[in-house]
Amino acid sequence: MTSAVGTRPRHAAPPPTRAARRQRSYRLGRWDLKYSPYLYVAPFFILFGVFGLFPVLYTVYVSLFDYELLSGTKEFVGLENYRVLLQDSQFWNAAYNTVGIFVLSTVPQLIAALILANLLNRQMRARTLLRMGVVIPNITSVAAVGIIFALIFADRYGLVNWLLGTVGIDPIAWRDNRYASWFAIAVMVDWRWTGYNALIYLGAMQAIPKDLYESASLDGASAWRQFWQITVPLIRPTILFTVIISTIGGFQIFTEPLMYGFGLIRGGADHEFQTLAMYIYEQTFTGNAEYGYGSAMSWLLFMMIISFALINFALVRRSVRGEQK
Amino acid sequence: MSVIRRRLRTVAVAALATGVALGSAACSKSDDDEGGEGGQIKLVIQTFQNFGYDQAIKDFEAAHPNIKVEHQKMGELRDFQPKLVQWLAAGSGAGDVVGLEEGVLLQYVQNHDKFVNLLDLGAGELKSNFPEWKWNNALTPDGKKLIALGTDVGGLAMCYRKDLFEQAGLPTDREEVSNRIKTWEDYIELGRQFKASGKVKAAWLDSGTSLMQPYVMQNSEVFFFDKDNKFIGDTNPVVRKAWDMGLQMAAEGLTAKAQRWSADWDAAFKNSAFATIPCPAWMTEGVIAQRSGPANAGKWDIATIPGGGGNWGGSYLAIPAQSKHPKEAYELAKFLTSKEGHLAAFKEAGAMPSSIPGLEDPEFKNKTSDYFSGAPTGKIFGDSVKNMKPVFLGAKHQQVWETIVEPQMQAAERGQLSSEEAWKKAMDEAKKATS
Repeated sequence: MTSAVGTRPRHAAPPPTRAARRQRSYRLGRWDLKYSPYLYVAPFFILFGVFGLFPVLYTVYVSLFDYELLSGTKEFVGLENYRVLLQDSQFWNAAYNTVGIFVLSTVPQLIAALILANLLNRQMRARTLLRMGVVIPNITSVAAVGIIFALIFADRYGLVNWLLGTVGIDPIAWRDNRYASWFAIAVMVDWRWTGYNALIYLGAMQAIPKDLYESASLDGASAWRQFWQITVPLIRPTILFTVIISTIGGFQIFTEPLMYGFGLIRGGADHEFQTLAMYIYEQTFTGNAEYGYGSAMSWLLFMMIISFALINFALVRRSVRGEQK
Repeated sequence: MSVIRRRLRTVAVAALATGVALGSAACSKSDDDEGGEGGQIKLVIQTFQNFGYDQAIKDFEAAHPNIKVEHQKMGELRDFQPKLVQWLAAGSGAGDVVGLEEGVLLQYVQNHDKFVNLLDLGAGELKSNFPEWKWNNALTPDGKKLIALGTDVGGLAMCYRKDLFEQAGLPTDREEVSNRIKTWEDYIELGRQFKASGKVKAAWLDSGTSLMQPYVMQNSEVFFFDKDNKFIGDTNPVVRKAWDMGLQMAAEGLTAKAQRWSADWDAAFKNSAFATIPCPAWMTEGVIAQRSGPANAGKWDIATIPGGGGNWGGSYLAIPAQSKHPKEAYELAKFLTSKEGHLAAFKEAGAMPSSIPGLEDPEFKNKTSDYFSGAPTGKIFGDSVKNMKPVFLGAKHQQVWETIVEPQMQAAERGQLSSEEAWKKAMDEAKKATS
């Protein structure tokens, strides 16, 4: 189509009266060729600019101010917010909690998803039903999940403590004990996301040619060996993808710990499970509504996510390649 | 391809691009106001917890056929508060009338430019309807701007479980119970008897933190802040006294150690896990009856609070400056804080009128509560605020109490920290947050 538009005027010998019109349409055609591709892709870039790029840059700008939302004071302070932030023990506590909950939830989650996907990748009855079934937790409202799990892990009248009681184990202080609270929140996250990742892995596994497995079987490789030496290396790009997506999601965890603490932004009496996103919210929208400080924190979180995603990327790539040898 | 078709395509592309641009612009335009047919005005009122306004709003709409009121119930105060701050800062999103709690009110008085001056709308004539302190709390220091009108006051009483008292062999009659708990020391002593009876599994009190607010409000003119809004929580002896008293009760096993406003606390009401709880008027129908459920109807009763009287909580209605219909919003706020509005809210949620005509109305004075064994709630709560002296709370009272001091005290109550450690942590954190 494009070439036809471009060459057309040369073939036709325009009658003199229509020359001007011809000339104009030729110019329009050229513009069409030159600019319309940009117009076609413009919607994405406009939306991305408005809702993606601008907020990020504006956050950087705001983070240089002592900006209080309610009173409206706005004073340029340079990097002061960042300086205070690096010495803020509550920030580091929140970072520690976030990384802890992330590791505790993501590692078992991805391993479980791999195993689950491998199981679903077999011939079995009601296959589609089971495959669809594993993503059901993911379409449940996260707030509802949070409320239910907060009740399951309630200290006094919770299901888990009751079950533990029936086998003679003392009730666990699910919110006062830092690691118990991390565990409970990780369970909540895994419940929602394992099936989702399993489905992504399953999709990748189905693209692996069957003859690889056949020849491996002929060579006498066990199912376990086939899994580690054929399946895992061949779906490596997918694993990298899920690792990065989980890193981004895991570092922004907010609703689960918030609902777990009965809606209190503090995240436990001594901030046992206050995550970075919660602390950002606490600083930005409660109390003095320190908009600038919150923005500085958001920006730092952004940097942390990028660096963690890169570290994870490198780690996973190396370890999976090691298997391939 | 013909010229016309090509031109059409160019036009189509341009149309698409403008469409996208317009479309994204349209997202930001709100479509909620300037509502409806026949010049009807739509007002939005935003409240938290339970203001008990369902009937009152219907009455208002009936009296003002040109106004339609949408009541947005925003959950607990802690959920609503941050949203309101955002909306006020952003200049849109807040309702035409918003509920403010006394623990956060002063913060808004300090930033009063976000609100309409009710004196400009003629609120001056209402002054004599309210107790002086309730009125003055919403007034700027220079007395020239009033940002809110008072809704309820939190007259104090002691709610108790008659059936559990009976099991433990304690008196159950509300007069007699009131006589046995004239002071907080008496109250704790009765709790020890209750526990010593060995006949009930329930604890005496829901949480040691429960008596903190009533006790401090009764015994001090200031709480965490002095009148210049400087943090003095660490040196206010009354605060420390209440802290020690609450934790002492916990140490003796008199409290259920339930974290207030948590799911465990809700369940503790249903499971009859404690026998008493100091209850401001707004807590009776709106909190206790709701959480205890119909199964426990008639088991609760209400006695007077130890230490005689006092106030805990209570709210206001304000009109954000961003409201497009301040006049109509004022009509609504005026109606809801009038005698009729106060009485309707009292009937529905137990929210006690702050309006003087409301307090004197027989409908309030003679009110009894079926859920609370027919207790004369009007009389008990009315008496509790008669000799009340106002307590200065400070702009960040709610923040310091709910997000710092209470959680630390709860941690100490559950034995996670010693009382001394928790106190130190709480005070350090509060100082940091308010500096």
